Amino acid sequence: MKYLHLVWRNLLRRKIRTTFTLLSIFVAFVLFGVLVGIRSAFTLGVELAGADRLVLLHRIGFMMFVPESYGSRMRSVQGVSDVTHSTWFGAYYQTPTSFFANMAVEPEPFLKMYPEYIVPEDQKKAWFDDRTGAIVGKPTAERFGWKIGDRVPLISPIFNRPDGTPWTFTIRGIYTAEKKGVDDTQFFFNRQYLSETFRGVSFIEGNVGWFIIRVNDPANADQIAQRIDGLFANSANETKTATEAQFVQNFAKQIGDIGSIVTAITGAVLFTILLVAGNTMAQSIRERIGELAVLKTLGFTDGKVLGLVLLESIFIAVLGGGAGLLVGWLLVSAGDPTGGFLPAFYYPPRQLVVGAVIVLGLGVAAGILPGLKANRLRIVDALRRN
Amino acid sequence: MGWISQVVAVTALNIRTIRQRLGSSAVAVVGIAGVVIVFIAVLSIGEGFRKVLIDTAYPDTALVLRAGADTEMTSGLSGDEAKVAVEGAGIRRGPNGPIASPELLVIADVPKRSTGTPANVPLRGVQPQAFEARPELSIVEGRRFEPGRNELIVGRAAMREFELQPGMSVRWGEHTWAIVGVFEADGAAAESEIWADARVLQPAYRRGNSFQSVRAKLESVDSFDKFKDALTTDPRLKVTVVRESDYYAEQSTVLHSIVRTIGYGIAVLMGIGAVFGAINTMYSAVAARTREIATLRALGFGASAVMVSVLVEAILLSLIGGILGGALAYAAFDGFTTATMNWQSFSQVAFAFAVTPALLIQGIVSAATMGLLGGLFPAIRAARLPIVTALREL
Repeated sequence: MKYLHLVWRNLLRRKIRTTFTLLSIFVAFVLFGVLVGIRSAFTLGVELAGADRLVLLHRIGFMMFVPESYGSRMRSVQGVSDVTHSTWFGAYYQTPTSFFANMAVEPEPFLKMYPEYIVPEDQKKAWFDDRTGAIVGKPTAERFGWKIGDRVPLISPIFNRPDGTPWTFTIRGIYTAEKKGVDDTQFFFNRQYLSETFRGVSFIEGNVGWFIIRVNDPANADQIAQRIDGLFANSANETKTATEAQFVQNFAKQIGDIGSIVTAITGAVLFTILLVAGNTMAQSIRERIGELAVLKTLGFTDGKVLGLVLLESIFIAVLGGGAGLLVGWLLVSAGDPTGGFLPAFYYPPRQLVVGAVIVLGLGVAAGILPGLKANRLRIVDALRRN
Repeated sequence: MGWISQVVAVTALNIRTIRQRLGSSAVAVVGIAGVVIVFIAVLSIGEGFRKVLIDTAYPDTALVLRAGADTEMTSGLSGDEAKVAVEGAGIRRGPNGPIASPELLVIADVPKRSTGTPANVPLRGVQPQAFEARPELSIVEGRRFEPGRNELIVGRAAMREFELQPGMSVRWGEHTWAIVGVFEADGAAAESEIWADARVLQPAYRRGNSFQSVRAKLESVDSFDKFKDALTTDPRLKVTVVRESDYYAEQSTVLHSIVRTIGYGIAVLMGIGAVFGAINTMYSAVAARTREIATLRALGFGASAVMVSVLVEAILLSLIGGILGGALAYAAFDGFTTATMNWQSFSQVAFAFAVTPALLIQGIVSAATMGLLGGLFPAIRAARLPIVTALREL
């Protein structure tokens, strides 16, 4: 550590160059954070999908209903531990452009199926007991200024109330997500409200959007999915069951290569920025090869000189890159920049590690070549160069 | 000597000596080119998407949806309602009566060619009037489907992006369909769709005698209000009437705003990085020429002429970067075809990236701005160089 001062003086030698090299590295790693966010947003946070959950849809597609009566038949399949259903409601608040996902669910089984939604106990109870009750994620509640107990009118173009009035829900709970990246913008309400409103309309009363199935052992998930589909094969409503991860993945693939194209080109440019910064760092060491020869003359071993050089380049990389990673992380953690369309815009902690590895890699790569060159040079040759 | 000619002389000198500073100048150029490529490429996604949805929609075509519905997907009209709507005032009349087409829109699972995974492809049930309501549509391969049969025709873009081929048969649910033709529609959103006879599609998707929309060709662009008023005041109907162009403009907003947020966000960040690079380059350019600049000043060249010349050099370098980046983005991305999900209707829209002239200009202007910002401080330093000490340097 006694050489730290020497490294520091070397960095201060060309203050402007050091400053802007640091800043370039800083920007590069802020950008890295944004890229990570975009990537998880476009893969819809697939790594957060429950491994033990299956999703069952109508074979023809998500817009077809599945009979509610299928639920009890699935329950009888070995390995299935829990079944609940959900129905896309497609409603909006005030204006059709105010998009947020809203679904009709069975409150108690639903929260059991998705422990990642955290609702305070008293609010949970209030929701279970209220036929017209709903829970909503914190960001959406804040967006519309909803508070517990508020009565909110929603209009669903899919489910028009027979009397033409809006649906009025009472906000019974505001939930938070257990982990970052879990979509906490959705609105869930008691399915009873929908069924009772359409009592006797079997097309709505007896049908649901999709089923969510929990299996005992994720290893058997695919097998169980096949067995369930087998139950309903050749019926009027054939089904298609897949793990939640497959479901999310397929959905993400529908969005297509936009996310990957954006990540690829930006990644390429990021690489260029780092290459340029690394080159500048290496350049500033190459310029001083004569001085390194002097150090060797003074008795510094090859290893020590290389160590000094590496220390300097790693120092710059860690300073700029570390700050960049931190700011990028703060920026991405501030949340979805599009106001609700990319709820999975978040920074998976694993990616912070990847970033840290790149930072170190940059430091080592920028220092090692000129450092080794200095080692190979004979002192006399190096001194003669100036 | 005039100020202008001083600027020209110093700038010319700067430019002639760029060759000696090729390395650091190239770094600045490449940095700025990179920013421009990303900026243009990302925004060209949004432009391409808009082109499909907006440029090909007609203001003299109106869409009738159920009251409150914002997409065809969430709309629904009974057979009777559709019958009333096609008789509305203001609809253009053709040889077979009013040119208004009740349509059904559902979704079919079709594997995407690029990934092999299922995608939600829009499947539209139509009747003969649909072809009259879209005169731009033409069959380019095979033939139209025959009424009453399980036959399909597919849009050119749908055929390109999804596993659909004339001669193929596909199975959805209990029904098997034969693909008998391919159609084109001026690059409109319809080209991402599959079409079938509405009367065959209705029972297959258990829709009874219901439709989702009525597409009406109006007498003229101005008869929209007449048509809208006639329908919305009709007590038998509860409908929303929108112009096709407004409808598709609305459909493109989500993707467009996502792409713009991402595009501008990344571009600003990278722009900051590129400006830092340019500052480094120009500072070293000034440092390398300390003596020359001092000599010029001693010869009587003004401080402002020196300053402007440094700025001009920075802007020139960045313009080279901007043009390079624009050209590369155009070569690599213009016309690149892909399909994505339209967030509003959860169904696929095929489109091509569009690098428009406006985007290119925006890219080059932002490059020049980066050059200006990058050159400013080094230029001020060049102008402020104390002549005597600078001459003594080196």
